[in-house]
Amino acid sequence: MKETRQLTCISCPMGCPLTVEMEDGVITNVLGYTCRRGEEYARKEVTNPRRTLTSVIPVLHGEIDMVSVKTRTDIPKAMVRECILALKNLEIEAPVVIGQVIVHDLCGTGVDLIATKAVRRNNP
Amino acid sequence: MMKRDIVIIGGGPAGLAAAISCFENGNRDILILERETYLGGILNQCIHNGFGLHTFKEELTGPEYAGRYVDKVRDLGIDYRLDTMVIDINQEKVVSAINEKDGLLQIQAKAVILAMGCRERSRGALNIPGYRPAGIFSAGTAQRYVNIEGYMPGKQVVILGSGDIGLIMARRMTLEGAKVKMVCEIMPYSGGLKRNIVQCLDDYGIPLKLNHTVTKIFGKERVTGVNVSEVDPATRMPIPGTEEYVACDTLLLSVGLIPENELSRKAHVKINPKTQGPEVDESLSTSIPGIFAAGNVLHVHDLVDFVSQEAALAGKFAVKYIAGLSQDGSAVAVEPQNGVRYSVPSRIHPGNAEDITVIRFRTDNVYRDVFLSVYLDEERVMHLKKRILTPGEMEQVNIPKKWITDRPGLSRIRILVEKE
Ligand SMILES: Cc1cc2nc3c(=O)[nH]c(=O)nc-3n(C[C@H](O)[C@H](O)[C@H](O)COP(=O)(O)OP(=O)(O)OC[C@H]3O[C@@H](n4cnc5c(N)ncnc54)[C@H](O)[C@@H]3O)c2cc1C
Ligand code: SF4
Repeated sequence: MKETRQLTCISCPMGCPLTVEMEDGVITNVLGYTCRRGEEYARKEVTNPRRTLTSVIPVLHGEIDMVSVKTRTDIPKAMVRECILALKNLEIEAPVVIGQVIVHDLCGTGVDLIATKAVRRNNP
Repeated sequence: MMKRDIVIIGGGPAGLAAAISCFENGNRDILILERETYLGGILNQCIHNGFGLHTFKEELTGPEYAGRYVDKVRDLGIDYRLDTMVIDINQEKVVSAINEKDGLLQIQAKAVILAMGCRERSRGALNIPGYRPAGIFSAGTAQRYVNIEGYMPGKQVVILGSGDIGLIMARRMTLEGAKVKMVCEIMPYSGGLKRNIVQCLDDYGIPLKLNHTVTKIFGKERVTGVNVSEVDPATRMPIPGTEEYVACDTLLLSVGLIPENELSRKAHVKINPKTQGPEVDESLSTSIPGIFAAGNVLHVHDLVDFVSQEAALAGKFAVKYIAGLSQDGSAVAVEPQNGVRYSVPSRIHPGNAEDITVIRFRTDNVYRDVFLSVYLDEERVMHLKKRILTPGEMEQVNIPKKWITDRPGLSRIRILVEKE
């Protein structure tokens, strides 16, 4: 069976409109991308859609109260909810450096959760 | 009075990039003044990713992007003061600021770079009938609560306006457990980037209601609900009988940003009514020689990469100005016409221009399958096919200096949208 799917590339702000042509669930053609990332995105999006998750978690004894975090790479879209719930009980002790691993292998995604902000320790 | 060659007002991405550029172009007598307790500006609360693809060839979050510039400013030993609010600038380039430690600080600068960013339009400008209960926030304020203070402002949310901050907050609050019922947009198109509609609304099944607005707010102490009505696309007035009640405890407003120019006005810098930012030339110099502007204070940007580029250029020209190397001479006007709402800069001095001057602009409406044209007086020199032009996305064209110097007597550069 032939089908086509219309997507918008989210890999950069250009937001190119993409068309994926498929036959029996196999991709036969991708149209509309301006750069390679667009083609990659289209292939992933119809087979295994992925997203980067970002959030904040509380910091103890830091100069600020919350530190921003992200998954180092994208994770399966279907696991976003499970992963965000797993962040609910986390806290981290200051100091924090950018790129510091907060959780190894978040929820079995194989992807680490890392800090995206530096937080110095609060000298009382 | 303290003396500094270059005083930069605002320590966001624009201020930081301007400072680094001043340093790299040979002037090290720089001071950045920032009213917050940290550098990095609005990016500190933009924890989502999608920053810096142009500059760093990787997708960073806001704090990571800002972090790279903050590190560089510290490494270069550029001087900055935090918790310092600038309260006045005058035409003689005396900058007045206050902080707890120094009290009132007055600095005589040779050049000033305005980098104060923008603020959100407030509800006052919107005139929705109803009480003013708690639970109404601008999207940026909500973003600050959730991402900086770690506190959720509500559980059931309606968002008015489909600007990028509103879209980003729709996803953010959904992830944190709120129910975002809908995003209403009075215009027939979204003011935000398409990618944000896809990944912030479509991913979570949040409806985007185009041609809709909030016509009434219910609740005395706290918002309990709103009426949402369809508007006539021609008049943008609500259509009677279309109102629908939506229960919610929170209304977020994402109805646009305005450059923050109270200080510029105090210095009598000429403001462009279309952008609400200073009118500038190719060097990002305002109407007052030695006062430059870059970033969101000049015109609202969607992409921080362009903010950094613009600010670096302002820094370079500020150094050139102090060295007495700026050449004014006669200027060529840049005129936005037919579908183009504004342009930055609005004039070019060919004697002073870089080899390429980037002109950034926005259209006044959505145009499909049109041409974007540049005319030098009556001669058409650029004719680009565009599948779509929308006011939500900034466009740019590059003007080689040679185009101007090859045509003595050229009076204006016109940028416009054409059907064919
Ligand atoms: C919510 C949101 C989401 C965004 N998402 C993206 C995105 O996904 N990708 C992307 O590339 N771009 C994005 N942007 C755009 C980008 O972040 C901005 O264009 C950029 O931050 C503007 O930089 P700026 O330095 O001009 O302003 P700001 O970052 O606002 O910095 C201005 C600074 O000046 C200071 N200041 C103001 N007045 C004074 C005063 N009187 N005295 C002292 N200091 C003062 C302020 O405190 C602030 O720190 C987003 C913007 C917002 C608001
Ligand atoms: S295809 Fe390339 S240029 Fe187009 S939106 Fe995707 S990443 Fe951007």
